[in-house]
Amino acid sequence: MGKSSSSKDAQALFHSLRSAYAATPVNLKIIDLYVGFAVFTALIQVVYMAIVGSFPFNSFLSGVLSCVGTAVLAVCLRIQVNKENKEFKDIAPERAFADFVLCNLVLHLVIMNFLG
Amino acid sequence: MARSLAGFLVFSLFVSICGAASLFQPISESHRSAALELFTPDHGSFKSLEETYEALRTFEVLGIEKKPDLTASACRSISETLGSPSSTPKDLFYALKANSIAKCRINEKTSEGIITKLNAAVSGASSLLDFYYSVGGLVLIKDQTSKADVHLADAEGVFRSVKAFSQSDGRWRYSSNNPESSAFAAGIALETLAGIVSLASSEIDQSLINTLKNDISKLFDSIEKYDDGALYFDDKLVDGREYQGPLSTTSSVVRGLTAFAAVTAGSLNLPGDKILGLAKFFLGIEAPGDAKDFFNQIDSLACLENNRQEFLLVRVNTVLGSSAPPLTVKLVGAYSSGSKDKSLVESQELKFEAGTGVHILNNLPKTIDVGSYTFVFEIVLHESEHEKIYVTGSQTKVPIFVTGLIKIENAEIVLDNDLGNVEAQKKLDLAGQNAVSLSAKHLQKLRLSFQLTTPRGRAFKPHQALLKLRHESKIEHIFVVGNPGKQFEIVLVKYLLFHRLSTFLDFLQLVDKFFYLSGRYDIELTVGDAVMENSLLQAIGHVELDLPEPPEKAPRPPAQPVDPYSRYGPKAEIEHIFRAPDKRPPKELSLAFLGLTILPLLGFLVGEKSGT
Repeated sequence: MGKSSSSKDAQALFHSLRSAYAATPVNLKIIDLYVGFAVFTALIQVVYMAIVGSFPFNSFLSGVLSCVGTAVLAVCLRIQVNKENKEFKDIAPERAFADFVLCNLVLHLVIMNFLG
Repeated sequence: MARSLAGFLVFSLFVSICGAASLFQPISESHRSAALELFTPDHGSFKSLEETYEALRTFEVLGIEKKPDLTASACRSISETLGSPSSTPKDLFYALKANSIAKCRINEKTSEGIITKLNAAVSGASSLLDFYYSVGGLVLIKDQTSKADVHLADAEGVFRSVKAFSQSDGRWRYSSNNPESSAFAAGIALETLAGIVSLASSEIDQSLINTLKNDISKLFDSIEKYDDGALYFDDKLVDGREYQGPLSTTSSVVRGLTAFAAVTAGSLNLPGDKILGLAKFFLGIEAPGDAKDFFNQIDSLACLENNRQEFLLVRVNTVLGSSAPPLTVKLVGAYSSGSKDKSLVESQELKFEAGTGVHILNNLPKTIDVGSYTFVFEIVLHESEHEKIYVTGSQTKVPIFVTGLIKIENAEIVLDNDLGNVEAQKKLDLAGQNAVSLSAKHLQKLRLSFQLTTPRGRAFKPHQALLKLRHESKIEHIFVVGNPGKQFEIVLVKYLLFHRLSTFLDFLQLVDKFFYLSGRYDIELTVGDAVMENSLLQAIGHVELDLPEPPEKAPRPPAQPVDPYSRYGPKAEIEHIFRAPDKRPPKELSLAFLGLTILPLLGFLVGEKSGT
C-alpha cells in the first residue's frame, strides 16, 4: 500500500516539477541544456580515463577542467540572466553574456596552455 | 781531334727478354679487383653488348673466373640480338665479339642469315665504320661456326675501297666526305683490312699489302712520346665529337696492328723499342678508373703479349747514344748466379737486323731457365780501322733476370698417425681455391707436400716457402718448408706423450711454441720467388687441433700487441637511453570515445533546436 502511494507521490512530484520547469523561459532552458552537455562530456572523459589509464594526465585534466569550468561559468550566466533573481537585476543580460564569453576565453587560454 | 775524342767509349747494352720473361708483373691483384669493381652488371646484365664484350674480355685476359649467371645473361642477349631481324651490323658485331668469349651456341640457320646479312652490308658499306662492323662480324662468325665457306667474293675490291680512306700521313678518314683523319680510324682500318685478308678466297695483291705496310710506318712517324720513353698515339682535337683520347687511340692502333700482323706473312718491320714504348705507355697508367679505359688497357696489353716471341734483343750504341759502327755481338757465355764457373750456353753470334739496329738472338738456349743470370757479350768490330776509334772493352757482363710461370703439382696434405699410417689425405689445387678442414689430435703428424717445376721442366726451389698456422686468438706460427729430395715436405705437428719428451725435444719445443692452445688453426701457405710469376699466398683451410693440457710451468701465450692506430679509430657508438613509451590504448577504443564526447554536443544542439 505504502509502496504504491510513494511511487504515486514520486510521480506527482515529477509532474509538478515538470510543469513548474515548463514555465522557465527558453533562454534559461538552453543554458541548462548547455550545462548538461558540458557535464556529460566531462563524465565521458572520466570514464575513458578509468578504462584506459591516466597517461596523458595533462590532457585528461585540461579536458575535464575545461568542461567543469564551462559548466560553472554557464551556471553563473544563468544566475545573472534569470529575471527572478533580484540581486542581479541591475545587470543587463547582454553584459552578463559578455562576461561569460570573456571568462570562457580566459579559461580556455589557460586550458590550452595546460594541455601540453 | 775526333779520333782522340772518341778514344774511349763504353757500350751500353739494352736487353730485353720476352717469352719466358714476361713484362706482366705490373698487372696484378689490384687490376683484378679493379676489374671486378668496374665491370659490375646492373641487375645481372650489362647495358649493351659492347659493354658485355669488354667485361668478358677483361675477365678473360686477367684470368678472373666468369660468373655463370653473367655468361648466361650474356648468352641470352647475344642470341636475342643475333636472332632479331632488325639488328644492325654493329649490334651483330658486338654480339659475335661477346660470343667469341661467352661461347654460346648459335644455330646453323641463324648464322647463315647473319652471313648473308653481313655480306650484303659489306657490299653496301660506304664508311669506314660500316666496313669495320660488317667485315669484323664476318671474321668472327667464320671462327664461331663450323661452316668454313665464309669468304668475301670481291676481297680485293673491298680492300681497295677501304684503302681509299687512307691519308698520306698514315692516318685514315671515317668516310670519303669527311676530311678529318685520325689515328683511331687508322687502327680500325687496319683491323678491317686484316679481316678482309683473312676472308679473302684468293691471295691479295702483295703490292697492296706493301703500301699498307708503308702507311703503318708513316703512322709511327706521328707517334708521340713522354719523357720516360712511353710512346702513344693521339689525335689532334679538331672535332670534339670523334676525339677519343690517347688511350683509346693507341689501343685501337695496337689492336689493328696485331690483327694485321697476324694475317700477313712478312714481318711488319716495326722497331722493337716502339713496341716496348707502347707497352710502357699502357703499363704506365696503372689501373684506370673508367671501364672503357680499363678494357682498352688490358686488351691492348693482351694483344701485345700475344705477339711476343722468345728472343733476346741487344742494342749497341755509344755513350752518347749515337749508333755504333758495323759490328758483331757474340754471346760468349751465360752464368747462373749460383755457379760462376760453368757457362750454360755455347758461344754464338747474334743476328743483326739492319732496320732497327738491334742484334737478335732467336730461341734462347734450352739451358736458360727461370732465375737470374749473367750474360757475357763480346763485341767484334767489323773493320779494323774502327778499332782505333772505338774501345769496346773485352767483354760486357749483363745481369739478366728471367721470370716464368712455375707449375705446381702433386700438392697434397696428409695426416699420419703415430705409426706412420695415413689417416687422411687431401689433394690440393694450389692454383685455385682450397678449403681443407682437418682435425688432428696429439700423436698425429701433418704433412704438406707439393712439387714445383719450371717451364723447362726442371725442379724449382723457391726463395720462400712458408707455412703459417694462425690460432683463433691471432697467435701465429711460421714454418719454413724444407726441401728433402725433390718434394717439399714439412712435418708439422707431431704430438707425443709427455713421458717421451726427452727423446723428442724438438717436438716439445714445438708444443711449447703452440702454447698448448687447442682449437682451430687456419693454414696459410706462401710460395714466392722473384722469378716466379705465379707466386702465391693462399689460405688452404684449417686444422682443428686437440692438444694436451698445459703443464704447470708452460709458457703463457704472449699478449697480442695492441694496434697503436686503434686509439685513433672510431669509438664505439653512443647509445642513448630513452624512457620506454607509455602504453597506449587500442585505437578503436580511443575513436569510440571521441565519438561519445561528440554525442552530448549533438544532444545540446538537438535540444536547443526543439526547445526554440
